[in-house]
Amino acid sequence: MTASTETGHPNVLAKAVREGLFAGVISFFMFLLFVGIETYQDINNALVWRTRWGLLAIFVAVAAVGRFLTVGFIKPHLDQRKLAKAKSGVLEISESKSFFHRHFLKIALIFLVLYPFLSLMIVGKQGSLKYVDNFGIQILIYVMLAWGLNIVVGLAGLLDLGYVAFYAVGAYSYALLSSYFGFSFWLLLPMSGILAALWGVILGFPVLRLRGDYLAIVTLAFGEIIRLVLINWTDVTKGTFGISGIAKASFFGIWSFDTGTANNFVRAWGLSASSVYYKVFLFYIILALCMLTAYVTIQLRRMPIGRAWEALREDEIACRSLGINTVTTKLTAFATGAMFGGFAGAFFATRQGFVSPESFVFLESAVILAIVVLGGMGSLTGIAIAAMVMVGGTEVLREMSFLKVVFGPDFTPELYRMLLFGLAMIIVMLFKPRGFVGSREPTAFLKERRAVSGSFTKEGHG
Amino acid sequence: MAAENLLKVQAVETYYGNIRALAGVDVEVNKGEIVSLIGANGAGKSTLMMTICGAPQARAGTIVFDGEDITKLPTHLIARRRIAQSPEGRRIFPRMTVYENLQMGAGLDNLKYFNEDVEKIFTLFPRLKERQSQRGGTLSGGEQQMLSIGRALMARPKLLLLDEPSLGLAPLIVKGIFEAIKKLNQEEGLTVFLVEQNAFAALKLSDRGYVMVNGKVTMSGSGKELLANPEVRAAYLEGGRH
Repeated sequence: MTASTETGHPNVLAKAVREGLFAGVISFFMFLLFVGIETYQDINNALVWRTRWGLLAIFVAVAAVGRFLTVGFIKPHLDQRKLAKAKSGVLEISESKSFFHRHFLKIALIFLVLYPFLSLMIVGKQGSLKYVDNFGIQILIYVMLAWGLNIVVGLAGLLDLGYVAFYAVGAYSYALLSSYFGFSFWLLLPMSGILAALWGVILGFPVLRLRGDYLAIVTLAFGEIIRLVLINWTDVTKGTFGISGIAKASFFGIWSFDTGTANNFVRAWGLSASSVYYKVFLFYIILALCMLTAYVTIQLRRMPIGRAWEALREDEIACRSLGINTVTTKLTAFATGAMFGGFAGAFFATRQGFVSPESFVFLESAVILAIVVLGGMGSLTGIAIAAMVMVGGTEVLREMSFLKVVFGPDFTPELYRMLLFGLAMIIVMLFKPRGFVGSREPTAFLKERRAVSGSFTKEGHG
Repeated sequence: MAAENLLKVQAVETYYGNIRALAGVDVEVNKGEIVSLIGANGAGKSTLMMTICGAPQARAGTIVFDGEDITKLPTHLIARRRIAQSPEGRRIFPRMTVYENLQMGAGLDNLKYFNEDVEKIFTLFPRLKERQSQRGGTLSGGEQQMLSIGRALMARPKLLLLDEPSLGLAPLIVKGIFEAIKKLNQEEGLTVFLVEQNAFAALKLSDRGYVMVNGKVTMSGSGKELLANPEVRAAYLEGGRH
């Protein structure tokens, strides 16, 4: 490849044409059955099929042209840039960072705090519902879940495929205790966390001896067990019907967001009735919960238990020979991660006002894990960015109804969110095999703190 | 040197499933001694090391450390009795920095003596000081061995177990590491129990030695005696047939 770039373009172009044609042929056969043929039911309810040659042609053309451009122009260009960089001797990691880079976290936090007001100012009350709720709250829930799972997977290195179980435990704890006993949100929030942590310990005990693939399978099963219990224990959980009419969170008991109560927030402040105030309130709750998760994670990493988690991820036998009790270390990791899952679950229940086992399927666990892996195991910033891209991307897809013009009126863009996930996965794993932010900040240092280059942090394996 | 007993391994048998790896081993280590254990591959040397640490636990026999029976204790509790091990294959934490690795070693005292001890390790192995903010996995083999020993020393051990510190290292580095061990023993009175393939270097360094064959101790004596022993010379020192 380098030889051909130096000798001239004809070689590269010939290769690009060849590879482009090849990609076209492959994609033709790959998409022939998926895209080229469509089945549907006619008036007699019989299943018949028709062909979609036009759409298939678009797919094949995109693959062929894309490959042609990649091989013919993009790759030589990138190679040349790398070569030039290597020659000039400039390291990729430079010490001098831009202002934005250095203060990224502060800027992001300020933006988040101002976000609801910005959205109210720009798109008004009715428009803000979408931006605060669908984007803001939705993304932050996943940020919190992913940060919670990060403690188990990213720090302690225990691959958990059933994390959604703790989310479910938290949500149902809140839903059940609130509707049966009428406890308030602020009492049930910590309780849900504690109950989820308890389940974390219960799961932790039998799986202590397991590692890697075996642990993944058992946790996967645990997630399914919880879901099946929720479906089948109809006396308590109302099964697939779910629990509705869950109480809203109140402003620490001072103001309520239920319409008709005397201390209604809107009435107390003399505002015009709108559900957006409640959404903004919820936004700040979940933001605070996220900050709590981040704070606890950062603090724990500096404490002996956090260091023990990281050491455990690296070498269990060495840990034991240094006097670390691996049993309690693993259990605390499970319990801490589960606790944050429980918090997020309780919040989810109060936000939706409705929980059903539908919300706690395996796909959710997979999405949360995908966010952790994409963001870079152990990196809070990377995970937050990954959550924004993945969850926000799904929401953006919903907005893309203009695509119907291209693909026909039956096209529903949000059905393609898995495609987005797959694409993001492939892109990140190709270009940043250790996740968006693959560097691990050492917690102990003598003189100066130096980030460890991404090429040494965990590769994309369990 | 008063022959005060620190570690006493008596008639220990260890099994991997149904396979007997140790067939009744008796070994003693006195305070302030360097004792080495030599033997061919598969003789059970490393198994004895691991058995002392409780992973796997001995199925028969007793291991007494500092007057206490530790045979059935879990590994982490044995480590808390101040038996530190630099295990076979070094087993440092590859993605943590050298400094963090050393910190992990000092966890028993909750880092109380950390600053003091880390200086000591850096004087003993200056290379580690140069590399302190580098990740363990990026060190060379010799540096990793130094780190492994350094990490074990951070626990302020009463007994240091070294499993093949010379494995895969250049002779010059091996010499350096053995000199460091000697220095620790002479200056700090550290008791060392050493497993080695490199029989000549190990016996020269040691006060006493044991020879292990097929899960049994077949010979013991002072380092000099064993070095002079024709059988030992034939089997382990001159590359002869056993």
